[in-house]
Amino acid sequence: MNGELILDLISWALFLTGGLFVFAGSLGMLRFPDFYTRIHAAGVTDTFGSELILLAMALQSDDFTTVIKLFFIALFLLLTSPVSTHAIAHSAWVGGFNPLLGKKLEYPEEELPR
Amino acid sequence: MVRFILKVAGRQIALIMTLGLLWLCLSGEEHWANSTLAVFGLASVLLCVWLADRAGMLDREGVPTRIFPGILGYMFWLTIEIGKANLIVVAHALRPGLKLSPKMVEVPAHQTSDIGKTIFANSITLTPGTVSVDLHEGSILVHALTEELSDPAGMNLMGHKVCALDGPEGRDWAKQKQLERAQQRQVAP
Repeated sequence: MNGELILDLISWALFLTGGLFVFAGSLGMLRFPDFYTRIHAAGVTDTFGSELILLAMALQSDDFTTVIKLFFIALFLLLTSPVSTHAIAHSAWVGGFNPLLGKKLEYPEEELPR
Repeated sequence: MVRFILKVAGRQIALIMTLGLLWLCLSGEEHWANSTLAVFGLASVLLCVWLADRAGMLDREGVPTRIFPGILGYMFWLTIEIGKANLIVVAHALRPGLKLSPKMVEVPAHQTSDIGKTIFANSITLTPGTVSVDLHEGSILVHALTEELSDPAGMNLMGHKVCALDGPEGRDWAKQKQLERAQQRQVAP
């Protein structure tokens, strides 16, 4: 067992977990019933899906500058993805689009306070 | 003297140091020893800071020094919270029958500054299973995927942590809240 092999193993494990998160996020996006719930599934892909894959890529690189660049990509993803998610959700909310609520997944009968 | 300099040009110095560090990180080792390139790097950093200062961007929004150093520990804590929430949402996406119970909740936001409110709302959105939908005066409207994810206690704890990193008055507020909670715990049993 040398160090490079161990790094390779960790990085491949991270690649596979990240891929699983991306897959689960996409599956959730197809399966979840309405717009607002689908946003949550997309959030999985945004956070752990991309971050774990970036971390695995950082472990594969043999150069400090590449690691730093991947770190900055991860940071910018973390800072910008909630902003775009909020922009979509907020515009749907302001536009008068009602979410499905409760265990029975029904549209609310009375008008929601906006 | 040091305090005076920090008061007059604290943001400028912070930005120069950050940009310099960024240049060092991105340019790589072979550039550091090359004096011509190092001078060019320093010159570009100073030019950027001067232009930003001229454009009036070096205010509390452009260079938010007040959230440091608390934001670093907070981001570490937030990563763990995101991990936990990720597992819950993934389990919901993969289970054979859907068992969702979406809910809208109002979460109180006590942050005094704009950047504190932004950090709090972004943290809520970044955590899978909760999305901040609307901002009101003193509260945030949150859409949660399930009943358990909409638990207000968890989001209130997050709000308190954001208050604790948000400037001196936020720190005082969070300390006072912590004392109150400790007193309540003493009274309760």
